Amino acid sequence: MSEHNLHPGLNLGARHGAAHEGAETILFGFWIFLMSDLVIFGLVFASYLTVANPTGAAGGPGPAEAFDLRSVFAQTVILLSSSLTFGFATLAMRHETGRRSIASWLIVTLFLGIGFLAMELRDFAHMIDVGAVPSRSGFWSAFWGLVPLHGVHVTVGCLWIVVMLIQLATLGLIPVVKMRVLRLGLYWHFLDLIWVGIFSIVYLGGQMR
Amino acid sequence: MIFRRIFGIIPLIGCFALAACSKAGSTFLLPAGPIAAAQRAEFIQILGWTLVAIVPVFALVPVLLWRYRYRNRDARYAPDWDRSPLLEVLMWGVPLVIVTVLSVQLYRTTHELDPIKPIASDNPPLRVEAVGLDWKWLFIYPDLGIATINELAFPEKTSVALDLTTDTVMQSFLISALAGQIYTMPGMHTRLHVLADQPGEFEGENTQFNGTGFPQQKFRAIAMTPTAFESWVEEVRSDGQPLTAKHYGVLAQATTGATAQQQLGAKALSGGVLHFSSVDNDLFDEVLHRYMRGTPVPSANQPGAVGYDPQASTGEPNQ
Amino acid sequence: MIHTIFGRLDLSSLSLWRAIQDPTVSELVAAGAATAVLLGALVTVSLLTWFRLWGPLWRDWLTSVDHKRIGIMYCALALIMLARGVIEGVLMRTQQAFGLHGGFLTPDHFSQLFSTHGTIMIFFVAMPFIAGVINYVMPLQIGARDMAFPVMNQISLGLTATGAALVMISLVLGKFATGGWANYPPYTGSDFQPGPGPDYWIWSIVLAGIGTTLSGINFAVTLYKERAPGMTFLRMPIFCWTVICTSIIMIFALPPLTVAALMLAADRYLDFHFFTNDLGGNMMNYVNLFWLFGHPEVYLLVIPAYGIFSEVISTFSGKRIYGYMSMVYATMSIAVLSFCVWLHHFFTMGQSANINAAFGIASMAIAVPTGIKVYNWMATIFRGRVRMTVPMIYATGFFYLFVIGGLSGVMLANPVISYQVHNTLFLVAHFHNVIIPGVLFGLLAGYHYWFPKAFGFRLNEGWGRAAAYLWIAGFSFTFLPLYWLGLHGMPRRSATFSDPAFQPTLWLALFGAVLILAALTCLAVQLWVSIRDRDSLTVPLGDPWDGRSLEWSIPSPPPEYNFAMQPQVAARDDFAEAKTKSRAYTEPEEYEDIEMPNNTAIGMIICVCATLFGLALVFWMWWLAALSFLAIVLSITLPTFLTETTHVIPAAKIAAEHRAWLDKVKDASAVDRLEETQESNLGRALLERPTRIEAAE
Repeated sequence: MSEHNLHPGLNLGARHGAAHEGAETILFGFWIFLMSDLVIFGLVFASYLTVANPTGAAGGPGPAEAFDLRSVFAQTVILLSSSLTFGFATLAMRHETGRRSIASWLIVTLFLGIGFLAMELRDFAHMIDVGAVPSRSGFWSAFWGLVPLHGVHVTVGCLWIVVMLIQLATLGLIPVVKMRVLRLGLYWHFLDLIWVGIFSIVYLGGQMR
Repeated sequence: MIFRRIFGIIPLIGCFALAACSKAGSTFLLPAGPIAAAQRAEFIQILGWTLVAIVPVFALVPVLLWRYRYRNRDARYAPDWDRSPLLEVLMWGVPLVIVTVLSVQLYRTTHELDPIKPIASDNPPLRVEAVGLDWKWLFIYPDLGIATINELAFPEKTSVALDLTTDTVMQSFLISALAGQIYTMPGMHTRLHVLADQPGEFEGENTQFNGTGFPQQKFRAIAMTPTAFESWVEEVRSDGQPLTAKHYGVLAQATTGATAQQQLGAKALSGGVLHFSSVDNDLFDEVLHRYMRGTPVPSANQPGAVGYDPQASTGEPNQ
Repeated sequence: MIHTIFGRLDLSSLSLWRAIQDPTVSELVAAGAATAVLLGALVTVSLLTWFRLWGPLWRDWLTSVDHKRIGIMYCALALIMLARGVIEGVLMRTQQAFGLHGGFLTPDHFSQLFSTHGTIMIFFVAMPFIAGVINYVMPLQIGARDMAFPVMNQISLGLTATGAALVMISLVLGKFATGGWANYPPYTGSDFQPGPGPDYWIWSIVLAGIGTTLSGINFAVTLYKERAPGMTFLRMPIFCWTVICTSIIMIFALPPLTVAALMLAADRYLDFHFFTNDLGGNMMNYVNLFWLFGHPEVYLLVIPAYGIFSEVISTFSGKRIYGYMSMVYATMSIAVLSFCVWLHHFFTMGQSANINAAFGIASMAIAVPTGIKVYNWMATIFRGRVRMTVPMIYATGFFYLFVIGGLSGVMLANPVISYQVHNTLFLVAHFHNVIIPGVLFGLLAGYHYWFPKAFGFRLNEGWGRAAAYLWIAGFSFTFLPLYWLGLHGMPRRSATFSDPAFQPTLWLALFGAVLILAALTCLAVQLWVSIRDRDSLTVPLGDPWDGRSLEWSIPSPPPEYNFAMQPQVAARDDFAEAKTKSRAYTEPEEYEDIEMPNNTAIGMIICVCATLFGLALVFWMWWLAALSFLAIVLSITLPTFLTETTHVIPAAKIAAEHRAWLDKVKDASAVDRLEETQESNLGRALLERPTRIEAAE
């Protein structure tokens, strides 16, 4: 196989041999999985939009009472930075700067991910305090169906990072591990993309109503 | 349209042959009003046009299978023959033309027969509000101040403007001989217009499964002469009981019309029919807004629900 | 304490217990079904133990990642569930035939029957049967050694089996949903259905649905990335094109179902308000989400069946498929259009005439590519040499009955007609008319066609014919009368009816149902007789039907590695071309080692854990749900630490096997098509010459 790109996104390059070639099929499959996941998010977004109105709110608290935009902005910055740090981890892998540098970038990403989750949980606690709970209205059901779904995805991503750190330590940089890091990267950037949607549609959109 | 006539005749005969076996008043194949008649006409036209594409299949498949059977050494065998421009044009062209014709037709009739549109008539329209309850239909005549269960009477040649909703799960309202169906959904308001050309009795029903009593959820739609209708209204006023909140609580339970008759001690009219001499004008709106008050509605207050308890209900209509 | 352990499971959940407490006919029928499930399980377990088959079953089947074995297991699952689905159908027909003043089943039992019947037939018969045939055939047709993701393939099967298991368990424990296969809220919300029924439905289809999405990804990646050298997209058999379309639909159309069902679960378990009556819930969202899945789903099923008919008609006419490019365009446009028509399932919801008209026209537009396919198949027969074998009988039945289904489809696509016949038996007749002659006949044709490839012997032709004719007759008698009933306003899902005029027609439909039951029996007998007589039906050389695509160029049954050397594809219908140009059955200059994936138990572990997970959620046994969920997570994570996941089959072994087979092929005499169904057909086909040289064309 030549230098040309075998799949969309960052390719490892021919130097990586089996990992590069194997990625053609496996990463392609993962892209398709993400497309499917994107359909799920798209539908949940659509459901959210159908109830983001007074009928859906059913007299319950509105976005203004429950959202803390400053906190959400901070979360956005954290999550977007974590995408950058993950990018550095992938580049470290592509340019073979060693296990240690890959692992340290992954650890930074992990901490950013956990930080994001911690802030998000704090926001959720605030929402529960003001009565913005799913049992209150269709609107809050849709919110709690959408935003925590992203949160669960981030949690899975964090666990995945932990598993990859263990595998980097025990298995080393073998082709399967490289391909898993590549896929984890796609997944992590995908979550960023979803968050951009949540930030614009749910949080900023909620501000506009 | 000479086409329509040619394509129309054979299936038309078939339709009548079929319909003849059933009793009148239950199918749009024996229509009793302009909407159902138009629907039958549409049905026959589609049948005719589609047969253009289908008859060749019926006719040619056996011919081809026989002609090109393995043992027939006289037939030409061309294993690599796999395209023919002429055939290709026919194969794409014929269905395309048929579907285009039918699409134009579809667009036109869908708008013409939109259930929301009043039906042209010399007489002033009659307003009726229909509420789907578990296994019975409640009809409210807001301008006459009366209500019935499972009986929808109206004068002939009059456009009946139905406002529909349900006070339980989703249902679907159909009087086949007069017009098509429309869903009724909790907290939502749908509309339908029907008109009968002459006096007659037609079967109406719910077609959306809603529990064990579903097959019994039928009603009678009766078109009457104006004088007969007037005396019917008088009869309802004189022999019915008033539709109080308590009565409504009984009706809203998951029961059939016949059971409700017994529970309310009403006259045992056939078909689970009940008559109410008076009704609160706001009842329909109350039902429509039952779930729109911004407060949780526990099972005990949801008509048709397993735990529904009319006594426990607060904010019941008419209180 | 008891509640913590068993949740809401108690004695009255046992259908056998209910029958003892209240021995009505309806409860006895339910108890009989439960007994049948338990006895079936018991007999299977005893037989496996008696013949000491647990080892082989585990080693060769349950832990196998071979796409061929997984495909066979899918089909076996589908056939078992088909038996239950058909029996339920016959029960419903019987109830309705006697239903003028009540019948023998309670309305509640009847509603469980139509709910399980629909759910089973779609999710656990049609889908696994399709997935099984695709699994078996598609990699062979494109010259691949396995699926792109063999382990994931096993997990998909495991999750499908989980869903099926939950539906079967619902016969013994608790009750299934009563809201039909679509389970519209608010009827299925916790206010109206507090019992475990809808939860059974939710978890069985969510878990199976995840499996199907994964299958779709697997099929798509296999087709895009694992084709043999020279197998360009436009050289693929039509069946493979249909699989591309189906996998696209699996990937994009299953998520709406998952979302809708999980939202319904959130409403039922966590007091959410997605679809409730109160607090701003909106059931119309559910209806939209469900049909956003539901309509593409129908095409997910029927498109591969079109592919099977393409293969069957082309092979048994001894001729190329007519209009290959038309077929490809038609298939693709059906797949795309299938996402644009979902609203025609609820024209009667009260939306504006413009919306209805748009969706109506889009729905009708599907008739164009579908019509073209039918004409193309007819043109394939034209100037062919047709053998009326069992698959061709199904194809003939399909020609006739499917176009009737198409006709009623064009009618239902029209909002004006839909207003009248929606929710009536007309609709029931229509979708059975599409799914039985379309999907099921296609699958049964494929079953007969590819069975000798999978097992090395043909199926008995006589019993097969009997089954095919009975299916055609049975379908016609059962469902064509339902059109009439629907036009006269008989609603679907009615346990009883009040118009005596319906009675004779329902009796006719019952007669048809009995014929279908007979057809099913013939299929069972056929399988039994064929296994008994397998020595006289054997086709080890691999090409019993004078096949045209790559799967016929290898032994029957194929070896684990499928192809001794990777095929080099030079043409459409490559094997047919190879046979005319005498390049079939050649020995390669050298053989290479082949690396194949190892067996694994992941799929089985996930299947068992997911079944426990579903059951725990249905009965509110939270501790068990947590435990089994953890087990699923671990069984996915831990195996990723293994690095030895493949084994190598040495070239010498492959060479020996392949040469032995080639020798047998050379020794055998090629048979012509008159001997196709006779003992002398060992799977080597005599070349059929065209009657005239067609230089001019």
